[in-house]
Amino acid sequence: MKKITIKSYVIGFTFSLILTLSAYFLVSMHINSDFGILSQQILIPLIIGIAILQLIVQLIFFLHLTHESKPRWNFVFFISTIGVILIVVVGSVWIMNHLNYNMNPQQVDQYVQSQDGF
Amino acid sequence: MDKHEFNNEKTQFGFWVYLMTDLLMFAALFATFAVLRKNTFGGPSGRDLFNLQFALTETLILLTSSFTCGLGIIFAQKKKVKQTVIFFGITFLLGISFLGMEIYEFSHLITDGNSPQRSAFLSSFFTLVGTHGLHITSGLLWMIILFIQIFRKGLTDSNLRKLTLLSIFWHFLDIVWIFIFTIVYLMGAVL
Repeated sequence: MKKITIKSYVIGFTFSLILTLSAYFLVSMHINSDFGILSQQILIPLIIGIAILQLIVQLIFFLHLTHESKPRWNFVFFISTIGVILIVVVGSVWIMNHLNYNMNPQQVDQYVQSQDGF
Repeated sequence: MDKHEFNNEKTQFGFWVYLMTDLLMFAALFATFAVLRKNTFGGPSGRDLFNLQFALTETLILLTSSFTCGLGIIFAQKKKVKQTVIFFGITFLLGISFLGMEIYEFSHLITDGNSPQRSAFLSSFFTLVGTHGLHITSGLLWMIILFIQIFRKGLTDSNLRKLTLLSIFWHFLDIVWIFIFTIVYLMGAVL
């Protein structure tokens, strides 16, 4: 492993701080103002994008994933894990949203009553 | 690359494989939360329950602890025992305060009647955030054990290797928390 420097941690920390605070202020501005500057459809992908950006920043500057000597097994394993995660998370949300979409509230109530007796 | 360094890289790869499987578990919990987040069963939703400033404070505490833990590793590589212990000590204190805030938040929710039994949304919330909290707890215990070993034997190669693994674990937990902060708290406040 190559020598890691204080500089890399300072850069990583500064970027993470900026990204965390910008996501926070975007959301608090959205809640506290009646006329939201950004619509919900833009805001949600934006804060998810900021989180992913921060993931990349921390992977590079805190975990030094790009400093790895070859063969880069850690990186390869990370990428394949991200693949599995995308399938699990996006797949679950997609399928379950469609299940909800195809049932109206009364059907859901009837179903819950018949199944659980609530 | 000498044999010693080669073994260190192998150890780090092994630990990385564990972290990636851990990440898969968190992904499953995130997926569960994302699916169940609207199923409040007539109870309060994230917007009613969560205090954004409180969550931001938690985030900043954990981020700073991740930073000080990285600085600790730099001093450990230079074999400076005193600075290493100071920076990991700061990391430990920040970790303890993060955990304290999380326990406060949980107990507050439960005493208000919003326990995991209240709704599917709360069950998945407690499972996801609680699992992260358990990881933080085990990281803190690991830190205590390493403090004892450093005080007894100094910064030996084996202790340095363990400290490096601990720092990777700690950065990993910070990365998971970024997504908890974004998906649970920030998105909970908007949607």
